[in-house]
Amino acid sequence: MIIAEMKPVKEILEMVRDYQNILIVGCKGCVAVCNAGGPKEVAILGALLRIARRKEGRDIVVDERVLDRQCEPQLIEQLAGPVKENNYDAIVSMACSVGPQYIAEQFDTMVVLPGLNTGFMGGTVVHGIWGEYCAGCGTCQIQSFGGLCPLTRCAKGLLNGPCGGSVDGKCEVNKDVDCVWELIYNRMKKLGQLDRLAQAVGAKDWSTSLSGGPRRIIREDLTI
Amino acid sequence: MPRIVAFCCQYCAYAAADLAGSMRLQYDPNIRIVLVPCTGRIDVIHILRAIEDGADGVYVAGCLEGGCHFLEGNFKAKKRVRFVKKLLERIGIEPERLEMFNLSSAEGPRFAEIAREMTEKIKALGPSPLRRHNRSKENI
Amino acid sequence: MKAQTNLQAILAKGEFAVTCAYAPPCGTDIAMILENAAQLKGKVHAVTVNDNPAARVRMSSWALSKILLDAGVEPILEMVTRDRNRIALQSDLLGASALGIENVVCLAGDHPASGDHPEAKKVFDLDAVQWIAAIGQIRDQGCLMNGKKISGKPNFFVGAVANPFVESLELHMIHLQKKIAAGAQFIQTLPVLEMERFSLWLSEVRGRALADRCPIIAGVLALKSVEIAEYVRNRMRGITIPDAVIDRLGAVPEDQQQEEGINIFIESIEALRRTEGVRGVHIVAIGWEEKLPELIERADLLPRADSS
Repeated sequence: MIIAEMKPVKEILEMVRDYQNILIVGCKGCVAVCNAGGPKEVAILGALLRIARRKEGRDIVVDERVLDRQCEPQLIEQLAGPVKENNYDAIVSMACSVGPQYIAEQFDTMVVLPGLNTGFMGGTVVHGIWGEYCAGCGTCQIQSFGGLCPLTRCAKGLLNGPCGGSVDGKCEVNKDVDCVWELIYNRMKKLGQLDRLAQAVGAKDWSTSLSGGPRRIIREDLTI
Repeated sequence: MPRIVAFCCQYCAYAAADLAGSMRLQYDPNIRIVLVPCTGRIDVIHILRAIEDGADGVYVAGCLEGGCHFLEGNFKAKKRVRFVKKLLERIGIEPERLEMFNLSSAEGPRFAEIAREMTEKIKALGPSPLRRHNRSKENI
Repeated sequence: MKAQTNLQAILAKGEFAVTCAYAPPCGTDIAMILENAAQLKGKVHAVTVNDNPAARVRMSSWALSKILLDAGVEPILEMVTRDRNRIALQSDLLGASALGIENVVCLAGDHPASGDHPEAKKVFDLDAVQWIAAIGQIRDQGCLMNGKKISGKPNFFVGAVANPFVESLELHMIHLQKKIAAGAQFIQTLPVLEMERFSLWLSEVRGRALADRCPIIAGVLALKSVEIAEYVRNRMRGITIPDAVIDRLGAVPEDQQQEEGINIFIESIEALRRTEGVRGVHIVAIGWEEKLPELIERADLLPRADSS
């Protein structure tokens, strides 16, 4: 899923400084699972903003809504009614960055603000901790690495690792992170694939990643 | 008189409050006790709502660590209280307005003592910063 | 048959190679470098010019390599893959060759997070293995990574780096073997201050018949004070400074630490010279480059005649 976290509340307060009537929109997708922008977090942010502004003596009206997902234009349409009725100064989207962009596209005279910092594609490590596992390179080759992705999980993204900084099995950049090349080696050893590990992996074709420009994926059998 | 909301768990803190009552121990009548089955039931939003609605102080009272009837509820509450204190600081509310206490059901006197401690502390801090501008919010 | 570089010829003849490391200046002032170069001439076979070492911005390594070359010192151009994509790497390599620079040592390089511009975007388009292979292709097949033919016939003597102080030996041996299979013609190791662990690593290398295919040049550190030793230990991951060295330097008063550092240095050189499988030494004098000529003299590593 996409892992994000709420922006520092001071930053959000600064963004809404000049506004008196705002809508916070949450999302029940990825950001609800990683406790960044789901119904609970929408309520928390709403309360924080109202408390902070009342303290300053400049109350703010904060409406709170949650959509099933914000990465679907048809679901964004559900905001049309509330937006029309309430004359909001701004909408704070608590979805990953796709959300605010979709809202901005549909409500093109509305100020749209991101309530989250979107981080990465990843999963739950343990409850409360989420880790990065996929960089979206567009050409998955984890089968060459025992099922792990060195592009994402090696700080240097080496396809022929490890580097000399992997001294004690930990990453040179962050001592709390295991060197993924140690993990790859251990796994490939268990799989009996060390001879495969000994073969050089060629230079990556980055044109299928963001490096090649913003991407689209199309299923022709599904387009209308 | 400060308005203080006290979230008390059924098995320890609330029982201690009952005992304090039977023992006729005195403490500030403005403490509004909210009964919860376990302090683990309390979430970030409950504390924020209390503050938003004008509480001058909030405390969470649960079982002694290791003695929680639901095993870890009070540890979860401890983490959440710590988290909310940080949030409060970031929006300019004194984190000392929120505290967590642990006691057993037999500690009637301790319950009264906590109530008196918190009352003194909140008196010293003064009314909630939210009440300075808007005297009409009386939802408590 | 392309002409060999001086360093290449020395190693081919079986002579004990002496190289040293030189960090370019943070700026454009090369006065001191020219002075040092004049002193180093004839004392080392080649000088490795670091490429933005520790991810800190320095004058580019190819520029300083050219400056040293003009001053009569044979450079080894260090190229990290951290900062440049394959377009820039190939371009810089062709430029270096046109300027007469032929020794190249390849590595991924320290991550930007540990450097002085941690906000910079990392590149790592290629890794060391891929870049070594690409250089081989440019030299041997006369074409770029995309197969396009180039003009001229550049010659390169390509090396790689190894850290002998890693714990997971099998994994790092597999990696070293990949570098050699990709075309590495010499290895410079990170500084050796502890012979036991180095010997363990070296015996693995020799056991896999890698040392014969690819000469190992062992790194040696010249430490000027206990302060520098501790700095290196804490801030330069990958370089292992044993407690014994720190204790030894710390045990003498400050004004004698330099001399003690030199003693440790000389002892390391002598131990490495006696070690079978070590084909040379690579001297790293952190913050002490001006002392290199003296260090080389005192370690009895002279004379350094050219291969011709």
